[in-house]
Amino acid sequence: MSKPKTLSQSPLQSWFTRHKDQCLVWLLRGLAAIAGAIILLILIFLIKESLPVLQEVGIKAFFQDRAWNPVEQSYNLVPMIWGTGLTMFGSVLLATPLGILSAIFCHYYAPQSIAIIYRRLIELLAGIPSVVYGFWGLVVLVPMINRLHPPGTSLLAGICILTLMILPTIALVADAAFAEIPQEYLLGAKAMGLSASGTIWHIVIPTAKSGLLIGVILETGRAIGETMAVLMVCGNVVQTPDSIFDPIRTLTANIALEMAYALGNHRSALFVSGLLLLMIIIVLAIATELIDQEV
Amino acid sequence: MSRKASSKLINLDQLFKVVIWLIPLSITAIFIWILSDIVIGGIGQISWAFLTTNPLDAGRDGGIAPILVSTFLILAVCLVASVPISIGTAILLAEFTPNQNWFGRLVRRSLDVLAGVPSIVFGLFGNAFFAQTLGLGFSILSGGLTLACMVLPILIRSTEAGLRAVPQEYRLNSAALGISKTSTLWHLLLPAATPGLLVGLVLGLGRAIAETAALIFTSGYVDRMPTSLLDSGRSLSIHIFDLSMNVSGGDSNAYGSALILILILLIINAIAAWLGSKYNYLYD
Repeated sequence: MSKPKTLSQSPLQSWFTRHKDQCLVWLLRGLAAIAGAIILLILIFLIKESLPVLQEVGIKAFFQDRAWNPVEQSYNLVPMIWGTGLTMFGSVLLATPLGILSAIFCHYYAPQSIAIIYRRLIELLAGIPSVVYGFWGLVVLVPMINRLHPPGTSLLAGICILTLMILPTIALVADAAFAEIPQEYLLGAKAMGLSASGTIWHIVIPTAKSGLLIGVILETGRAIGETMAVLMVCGNVVQTPDSIFDPIRTLTANIALEMAYALGNHRSALFVSGLLLLMIIIVLAIATELIDQEV
Repeated sequence: MSRKASSKLINLDQLFKVVIWLIPLSITAIFIWILSDIVIGGIGQISWAFLTTNPLDAGRDGGIAPILVSTFLILAVCLVASVPISIGTAILLAEFTPNQNWFGRLVRRSLDVLAGVPSIVFGLFGNAFFAQTLGLGFSILSGGLTLACMVLPILIRSTEAGLRAVPQEYRLNSAALGISKTSTLWHLLLPAATPGLLVGLVLGLGRAIAETAALIFTSGYVDRMPTSLLDSGRSLSIHIFDLSMNVSGGDSNAYGSALILILILLIINAIAAWLGSKYNYLYD
């Protein structure tokens, strides 16, 4: 009969067999450390790439220079910040009530079967690639707006497309928030003879408030970060718009457009705008965390 | 309450009901509008030849064969890089870390932030880190690795959810039998958590294949058939973008490519839904 297996192993192998669990935990910790370090790595690389221009012209230049003309050392990001801010503001303003109402529909008005189908539809809407939204906006929406008021590629087109894109986010988060409301609240409201709309205004929305707020923050993040769709429908003229029909350029579109040929300080300036976007996202993530802790 | 006021209230209730039905109806209508527009525009383009020939004349003519190949290569790189890291992290978070552990909390927080990072920022990072610092250049490898960073939070979250859905008795029984943690993990927990992992995988794939902005400066624009992972390769989504923005007269082929992309996504979604339903009644 052959010897028991463990005796024929080398010292290293037998050590490994005895400490298998510990080895596994350290391996897993290593993998988790990689996963956790990526965000740090992103931050470090964005800072590293933006430092040259920040050291040369300072932060102020990005807000006070005459124009955005990186080839001539002038780096005014203000028109792009307006572009991002206005598209974000408009789309969040439109998508929030629409998304919340559509979640209310799912929970309190729709028959079970329709609610299930509608939820799947919202999930599908969330899954459509931004480039497809952009393409549809370019071939369908922009010509329509053009007939209304040329040139068509405009702040309005951007807001419309973005509203469609972020609506699923708020709708799904609101849906989850409404699912958490204790059934007793609703039964109580019914027993008191509160009307359906009264229940929703005075019971459902206040109870789900923090969940809804998180939804709004998430959709805001998506609206700020969206690139391809706004790049395709907004016209990309560097200007502070006077009307909703003016073409605009967002921070994200600016990076996507110029990164291909940017060199030296120009490239560095684009990384500065990336860093700005990342900072906003980090602030939003902290806000979510704070709201989450309060509950 | 006077009768007038109460009838006014009922009217308000009715009005609210109308509004609340109108919104989902119009959202559904817009969804059908987008989808039918893409289908009507694209269905005429799609043929076996479209899928198997090279693009000609900057993509106005010809097919999308090299673009499909590049897309699948990018996805493959993305999965090969992200799956081991995600499974490892998810196991650590779900099985080996108490909820209040500082390391677990730190990793979870950083993943939460990572999930919100805009894709264009991933593109900048991928360009600076994979393409330049690691010297991979504009290549399928850079693009795939950038996407891997992007899908990590989705993969980890759903794998973790899958592991947490495994009943606690499994672990207790296994511990009572004196089975080591490693064996428990390997023979009990991982098989039980596979459906959750698969759902995450499918969702991550969906996110990755839809991505454009993160790939423009990492995997590049070249529409030739890639010969190695270090070649630049154009993904399907970039092809749609390029045809509709930079190539006049490219719209019809852009429609065709968009339809292919939507079809792939619908299949991915159907698989996710099927897996999800299968996995929901596993422990009920």
